[in-house]
Amino acid sequence: MMETLQFGNPAPKNRSLGSLFFSNFLFSRSSIKKSQTKAEKSVYKIRNANLKVSDLNVYIQKNHILKNVNIEIPDKKITCIIGPSGCGKSTLLKTFNRLIDDTEGVKYDGSILVDGTDIFNKKTEITEIRKKMGLLSQRPCPLPMSIYDNIAFGCKMHGEHKKKKLNQIVEEQLKAVGLWEEVKNRLNSPASKLSIGQQQRLCLARGLAVEPEFILADEATSALDPISSKHIEQLFVELKQDYAIIMVTHTLRQALRIADHVVFMYLGEVIEAGPADEVFNNPKQELTRKYLEGAFS
Amino acid sequence: MKFKFIEEKIAKSVMIFFALLVVGFVVNIIYTILRRGLPALNWDMISKIPEGGYYNGGGGGILNAIMGSLYIVLGSTFLGLLVSIPIVFYLNVFLNKDSKLAYIARLAFDIMFGIPSIVYGAFAFTIMIYLGMHTSLGGGILVITLLIIPIFIRSMDEVALQLPKDLLDATYALGATKLETIKVVLRQIAPGIATATLLSVGRAIGDAAGVMFTAGFTDSIPTSLSQPAATLPLSVFFQLSSPNADVQDRAYSAALILIFIVLVISVTGRVITTHFSKNKI
Repeated sequence: MMETLQFGNPAPKNRSLGSLFFSNFLFSRSSIKKSQTKAEKSVYKIRNANLKVSDLNVYIQKNHILKNVNIEIPDKKITCIIGPSGCGKSTLLKTFNRLIDDTEGVKYDGSILVDGTDIFNKKTEITEIRKKMGLLSQRPCPLPMSIYDNIAFGCKMHGEHKKKKLNQIVEEQLKAVGLWEEVKNRLNSPASKLSIGQQQRLCLARGLAVEPEFILADEATSALDPISSKHIEQLFVELKQDYAIIMVTHTLRQALRIADHVVFMYLGEVIEAGPADEVFNNPKQELTRKYLEGAFS
Repeated sequence: MKFKFIEEKIAKSVMIFFALLVVGFVVNIIYTILRRGLPALNWDMISKIPEGGYYNGGGGGILNAIMGSLYIVLGSTFLGLLVSIPIVFYLNVFLNKDSKLAYIARLAFDIMFGIPSIVYGAFAFTIMIYLGMHTSLGGGILVITLLIIPIFIRSMDEVALQLPKDLLDATYALGATKLETIKVVLRQIAPGIATATLLSVGRAIGDAAGVMFTAGFTDSIPTSLSQPAATLPLSVFFQLSSPNADVQDRAYSAALILIFIVLVISVTGRVITTHFSKNKI
């Protein structure tokens, strides 16, 4: 929490201030707990996502996948990572929440600071980092449970067991992704019965239910039909008011439509990164210009 | 007509022939058991333990063997699940696909699969003698557990290997530890667990060689784990070895009861499976 302040976060979280205050005055344990939950609630809408990658190198079995990546992800904006296939876009995304740890023979150095915490630090609880990053994969992957449990699962795992509160979260998140009207009468039917577009929105809602700060989307619309993928895009545009959205995309048009910030990668290196207007209309690098013109893909 | 069509017709008839042949065997076995066992079946058979001289045509029934078999099957299925679910979970969630330990473990389970039950029986018997134990229900349960563990592990593992990587990633992304993914993994491999249980129950209830040395045989129903227990296959065996035709017929009734129990367990198992796998993705 101290680190958040050190890194010059413009609006430090209420939670950090609150808990600092209380821990200084050594309140009894129960009162600290109470005040923290209260503070957490108010943090919900004004959190500040902060992600900074410096000198990141990733190797998988002697292959140098990511080379000296240095980027910053702006909060409350949509950042699109574009580049030809095999350039390390997905690897970069998976490094953010360290899902890459499960890959055989993976090694990394450098640092990724999430809200001032180095995620590669041995003391960092990786589950906390992952909780901050909602993941939306290429193909929707609902959990093998009912629609209701898909959303409640994460909350239950993080200690929320009150039925009333869970009902409220499920309704809220389903409404946030525009699925509530479609499924409110069959919350107990299996999630696998939904259409693929609905499943993807359910996965988004499931991620939102654990109150992340980032949304990582790995070509999240590529398996969907045009209407569903438009739906997801619209949702991203709405959600960027509250979250930092990082999406890997294969479709340049999609990046053109919704990106606020663009990172162009080629062969494991970040070639150019900046506001979407600049990168698309006035690329500084020759390689970016060629890619945007469609010289290679 | 072209040769390839004639070829196809011949191949098709061969397939149908063998399929019918196998079904024919099953029908024949059931028919024989019904023909000889049904007339000898009566309420006494399933509600009484053997009276004196039962194996020479005396009165009574085989309740001792029915209860003994059920105890052993339930006990060993429970123990088997208890041991094999953690193993399968460890192999598939904690270890990498190309881990050496996983390779060695799977090889070991395959070897276990191939070991005949009489070897398990003899092996357990030596240990029991060494420990000064007598033939007992507990010993029978342990041997049958050894026998069915590889079935459990291999059939669950087959299903768990198909676990989508995305599903695990999605669960991790919610902030789950590896252990916390178990709720998701168990739901996804529920059909595998059910199939494994059905296969194991079939093998456990029908095994005679393993329990011969370890559970022994008795005319009474065991009331504790240290007492010997009778089992249906051995009951069939002892009655069938009688020269008395009436007693032989009772052996067929015992077989009929055995098949009926397996049938009931299979059907219940399938109903439960469908219920639990409705959420599978």
